[in-house]
Amino acid sequence: MAKNTSSNVFRTLDVDQYNEDNYKEDNDSTDPAALGPNDTLITSLLAANKPVEALTHLLSGATLGIKDQAARTASLTLAMRVLMAIKASQIDDAVAQLDNENRDVLMKFIYRGFEVPNEGSSAHLLVWHEKVFTVSGVGSIVRVLTDKKRV
Amino acid sequence: MAAAVQKFGPGGPIQCHAWSADRQAIALSHNDKDVMVYQQTGQKGWKETSRLDQHDLRVTGIDWAPVSGRIVTCSQDRNAYVWVKEQNGTWRHTLVLLRINRAATCVKWSPEENKFAVGSGARIISICYFEEENDWWVAKHIKRPLRSTITTVDWHPNNVLLAAGSTDFKVRVFSAYIKDIEQKPAATEWGAKMPFANLMAEFSNSLTGGGWIHSVSFSADGRRIAWVGHDSSIVVADAGMAMMKLKTNFLPLLTVTWISPSSILAAGHDCVPIVFRVDPSGKISDGSKLEEDKKVETPITANAMRMFRNKDRVGQELLDSKLATTHQNQITEIRILRGSKSQAEAVSTTAGDGKLCIWHLRDLATTFEDLKL
Repeated sequence: MAKNTSSNVFRTLDVDQYNEDNYKEDNDSTDPAALGPNDTLITSLLAANKPVEALTHLLSGATLGIKDQAARTASLTLAMRVLMAIKASQIDDAVAQLDNENRDVLMKFIYRGFEVPNEGSSAHLLVWHEKVFTVSGVGSIVRVLTDKKRV
Repeated sequence: MAAAVQKFGPGGPIQCHAWSADRQAIALSHNDKDVMVYQQTGQKGWKETSRLDQHDLRVTGIDWAPVSGRIVTCSQDRNAYVWVKEQNGTWRHTLVLLRINRAATCVKWSPEENKFAVGSGARIISICYFEEENDWWVAKHIKRPLRSTITTVDWHPNNVLLAAGSTDFKVRVFSAYIKDIEQKPAATEWGAKMPFANLMAEFSNSLTGGGWIHSVSFSADGRRIAWVGHDSSIVVADAGMAMMKLKTNFLPLLTVTWISPSSILAAGHDCVPIVFRVDPSGKISDGSKLEEDKKVETPITANAMRMFRNKDRVGQELLDSKLATTHQNQITEIRILRGSKSQAEAVSTTAGDGKLCIWHLRDLATTFEDLKL
């Protein structure tokens, strides 16, 4: 008895997978080649001082539910660049141009941006959050929390 | 403004309720294992006439059949009981063996009241009907392709098709045709062949996941179904698999019902019923609440001592935790009180604050011009 009580290797065993009632999710394969928005296009738009268009491209092209962590981080970095590039005064127009689907995706990016704060990013994101919230209301925040496919 | 607000005794949140056929009696459960039956006395009074306490765990669903007068209740103790009122006014219960190994979540009588459907956490829907020869209720199971808890069921007017919403973010339409007790149904828009447990249609709430389905409702003609999900959305779909989804700006809705061929009433965590209009192509327009936000009284000349005391104790000057709506907690169920799904005139709502409110839709239609019913 004394020998195996000190070992806690058993704690790493996932017993739930052996339960026959286990809910297995639909494995939708997101084609890795059809990845996110076009990086070069967005970077060129940012350089050409057209951040609002870059935002539209970013949101329409964003794919949700990608499993690859590196791809997700890359897409987040790109999104942060675009969001920071748009000045506070331009945010209202930018949000008004988006449709409901894109606003939901934007809200998801905003919350992901909150998770990895850089210098001064959170303050700017808070302004974004407030502007999107006035248009989309609590519903968009609920969708950030309930949608299984994260951005 | 809700026409009538009623609190029943000291009880807690009301999980579910059902009206008798004459609307003089109501059966409800205060989030515990008993079902209380209250009878209306006089103009405003309600008297408790019976307490149906056979269940061992929390009662999750109650339904009262209008024609036969039978009540069916289901509970987390994996049982369902059918209650029949005797001549002397007491209720006699019959246990229904659902043969499930998890809690039952919802129950509904079929339109002709010869069977009822029980959804459960065992990933099974039990369709129960009465077998004359053995004098007991028999349950048949719908198992495939259900993979998760059923949260809500609703019958099609033809007494055969059943819509079920589940926690795997999908709504499915099944056939619940029992050949022992009924004729073969005619073909509908949902399909012609309807053997028992046949999956007629399956709808996914959202491509991005979508949240649990909280409530589903067939329209009065059975051509369309509406459901609400936890992603704050309301969806209308029809037999041709066309799905129109509206992502609302409100908090998630918990219960939904059709009140006319072109409008839906839904309510949930926002504590107020909301009406959505559906145009013939199925497009849902933004909802309008049934009551305006009541201005919560903030005293202008606040008592100075109270203000500082609150600031010290709670951190804010005024205690303003009262909501600006009639209900103070999420609305758990809407029932049509007068009228039917094709023309509802009054609905009742119960909520987590223990109140039952009655809303007269006709009067409200005149108050709000944009609330066209």
